[in-house]
Amino acid sequence: MTTSTVTIKSRGSITIDTATCKGCELCITACPPEVLSMSTAVNHLGYHYPQLHPGCTGCSACLFICPDFVFEIFKFDTPTLTEVQVDDSFATTVAAGVGEMNA
Amino acid sequence: MTAVDTRAAAHLMEGSEAIATAAVAAGCRFFAGYPMTPFTEVLENFAKQLPPVGGVCINAESELEAVGMAWGALSTGSRAATGSTGQGLSLMQESFSEITLAELPLVIFNMARGGQDYFQSTRGGGHGDYRHMVLAPMDIAEAAELTQLAFFLADKWRNPVLVYGDYLTAHTQQSVSIEPIDFGPVPDKPWAVNGELNGTGNSRIVSPLGFAKTGHESVGIERHLRRMQAKFAAIEKAEVRVETGYVDDAETIIVAFGTPAKFVRYVVAQLRAEGEKVGFVRPITLWPYPYETIAQVSEGARSVGVFELCGGQMIEDVRLGVLGRAPVVGIGGISTDGSGFGVGPLLDVDIIRERILAIHRGGAQAELPPLPDNERG
Amino acid sequence: MTVTQPQPVGPVLDTSVAPPGAKKIADIKPDLLLTGEHHMCPGCGEPLALRIYLEAIQELGLAQRTIGVAGIGCYTSFSGTMDVDLVQALHGRAPSVATGVKRMKPEAIVFTLQGDGDMVNEGLQEILHTAARGENVTCILLNNGVFGETGGHMTATTVIGQRTKNSLEGRDAEYHGYPMLIGDLIAQIQGASYVARGSVHNAGAVARTKRMFKRAFESQANNEGFSFVEVLTMCPTGWFIPTGDGPDYLQDTLAEIHVMGELKVDGVVHNTEQLVAENTRKAEEAAAAKARDLADKTGA
Ligand code: SF4
Ligand code: SF4
Ligand code: SF4
Repeated sequence: MTTSTVTIKSRGSITIDTATCKGCELCITACPPEVLSMSTAVNHLGYHYPQLHPGCTGCSACLFICPDFVFEIFKFDTPTLTEVQVDDSFATTVAAGVGEMNA
Repeated sequence: MTAVDTRAAAHLMEGSEAIATAAVAAGCRFFAGYPMTPFTEVLENFAKQLPPVGGVCINAESELEAVGMAWGALSTGSRAATGSTGQGLSLMQESFSEITLAELPLVIFNMARGGQDYFQSTRGGGHGDYRHMVLAPMDIAEAAELTQLAFFLADKWRNPVLVYGDYLTAHTQQSVSIEPIDFGPVPDKPWAVNGELNGTGNSRIVSPLGFAKTGHESVGIERHLRRMQAKFAAIEKAEVRVETGYVDDAETIIVAFGTPAKFVRYVVAQLRAEGEKVGFVRPITLWPYPYETIAQVSEGARSVGVFELCGGQMIEDVRLGVLGRAPVVGIGGISTDGSGFGVGPLLDVDIIRERILAIHRGGAQAELPPLPDNERG
Repeated sequence: MTVTQPQPVGPVLDTSVAPPGAKKIADIKPDLLLTGEHHMCPGCGEPLALRIYLEAIQELGLAQRTIGVAGIGCYTSFSGTMDVDLVQALHGRAPSVATGVKRMKPEAIVFTLQGDGDMVNEGLQEILHTAARGENVTCILLNNGVFGETGGHMTATTVIGQRTKNSLEGRDAEYHGYPMLIGDLIAQIQGASYVARGSVHNAGAVARTKRMFKRAFESQANNEGFSFVEVLTMCPTGWFIPTGDGPDYLQDTLAEIHVMGELKVDGVVHNTEQLVAENTRKAEEAAAAKARDLADKTGA
């Protein structure tokens, strides 16, 4: 599998109060640019919690769908850019504009 | 120069009008009820009298809703009341329990059909450990006074008070003058909701569950219920009201409350004038009950008769008061008019006199004359 | 139904503190909530509705004149955490209690908070009469089609086929009867001025529902009469499904019958066909927006 470097743009960001998360994963599927994943670690309640990857738009979808008041949402005046190594299937998916990015 | 009489002029008025007038004089500004004979006219009078003083009377779609509306009005700190007959109050019992546990000063009017709601009034049909003060007027003038007292006691103790009348209380007329009575100061209502403290961390909660807002000490349901018991004990100490007559050397004591007590009082006075050693006890508060008075007067008595228009309900409290000091016998009974709404032929001075004399002469074992039948036989 | 998990790329970013140089646009919890902590199940929809109606009250500048009346259900645990004057009512009775509050405090904004068991089972008569009286209060229904608090029993809004502890093979119309569409029913009542049915199964629905709350509270502030907002909420526990499946289950079962949308605005009733068309359009828009976001991520 070949990989390439892409630049991911983050127009926003979030904070995550991992201690109050109950691991329902609603935020994961709610995030439109798909930049949240669940941790492998667990919090003191024994729940996995979300973690943020580059590409947040600051859209607040995670906050709106989280039943446990875990998120704060921020916007950058100038987007931050992050260079990431991805395999080619990622680039293909993005190019096709398809909503799901399943490997 | 003649002094100006500032008292409200006495008017001939129906009991239902007197009750509403007295309630408004006591500052009641909200009433909700559902029509039911013989309570209907109480509702009518509130509907007439509240709007002119800026109050609200709602013709509720059911008794459940009536009591709920009063609950809401009380939560804002307003003086509010509801009422019905015993039948309608049956529907309200769940809310009565919770309103008591939420410590809201509800005033309730029962214009009872017949006289069969003693258990309901004093024990209640609701759930849990709760108590209502119960005031039982013997006539319209007293109903007007006790109505005002009810609003005072409710605020003083943050506890519901029930005024127990009947067909005659609501539907007969008497000349009464009603003016506001000052029973003394009542506590402020810092718990009343208005929204002004929202967002400050000090918003309020009116809850029967012992809940407090986050950040404030929450007593929890068990401690809350125990505190309620302590309050009930204090009410029992402080609020017993009872009238007695000719009890000091009485051989026969008759206990009666409400309208029937007015008849009993009259008959006992008559018998005394004739030299018969009879006396009476008239509980004005049915809860707290005048157990101590009953105990004292039964000490030297040969028998204690209980005159009530039902199969025998208050007699249980009389027995608890007498506690074996004298035999206790029921001399009343079920007696209604043909409709079941009003009172029957048993409420008659001559008939009551015969029944009192029967136990006065023959003791508790004496055979009572048969109960009179109503017009439908 | 299985939910496909997104596969984000790149490193895990530090989200324990506010990112430098960014401005905060949404707070962790509404100002009118004393704490975000609660004992609701993972994936429950009720806290989502709580957030948005509290935000709506705050944003409309009504915070210091609002009084709530809560019924009995899982959401009763918010009675102590909402920083709003509150009267705790009995199961079913909140609209009557709210009536008494409003009549004595006409300047207050009075709302009720009830579940479907509370409002549509136990207290149906009270909500309908309160609407018919045109009582100037806002009643909020959190509708998940199940008694969540007792452990997942059938309510009057449970949809046909839905499995509950007392409809084990699914609600069967012949045996259990049909669900009540309470929002539709209230929309027909003359005293109701604004009636809407929202949902919290995705962020777009949450945002729409927040606008519904705003319109309802505005209508009360303008003395327009009774207003009603029903919110379909996830109850994965009472639906006996994995928490992550809640939103799709809601969309495919509850929302099929209890159709979302504004059922009555300014006294004009909207019919189900109009609402369905609107919902389809909104879903398409959301999908397009998501595709744009994904493309934009790398389109620096
Ligand atoms: S703010 Fe929007 S883009 Fe950012 S993590 Fe939350 S849902 Fe995803
Ligand atoms: S939605 Fe909230 S509670 Fe659920 S996993 Fe995400 S952060 Fe945790
Ligand atoms: S039972 Fe249902 S409604 Fe209750 S907290 Fe759990 S998910 Fe929410």
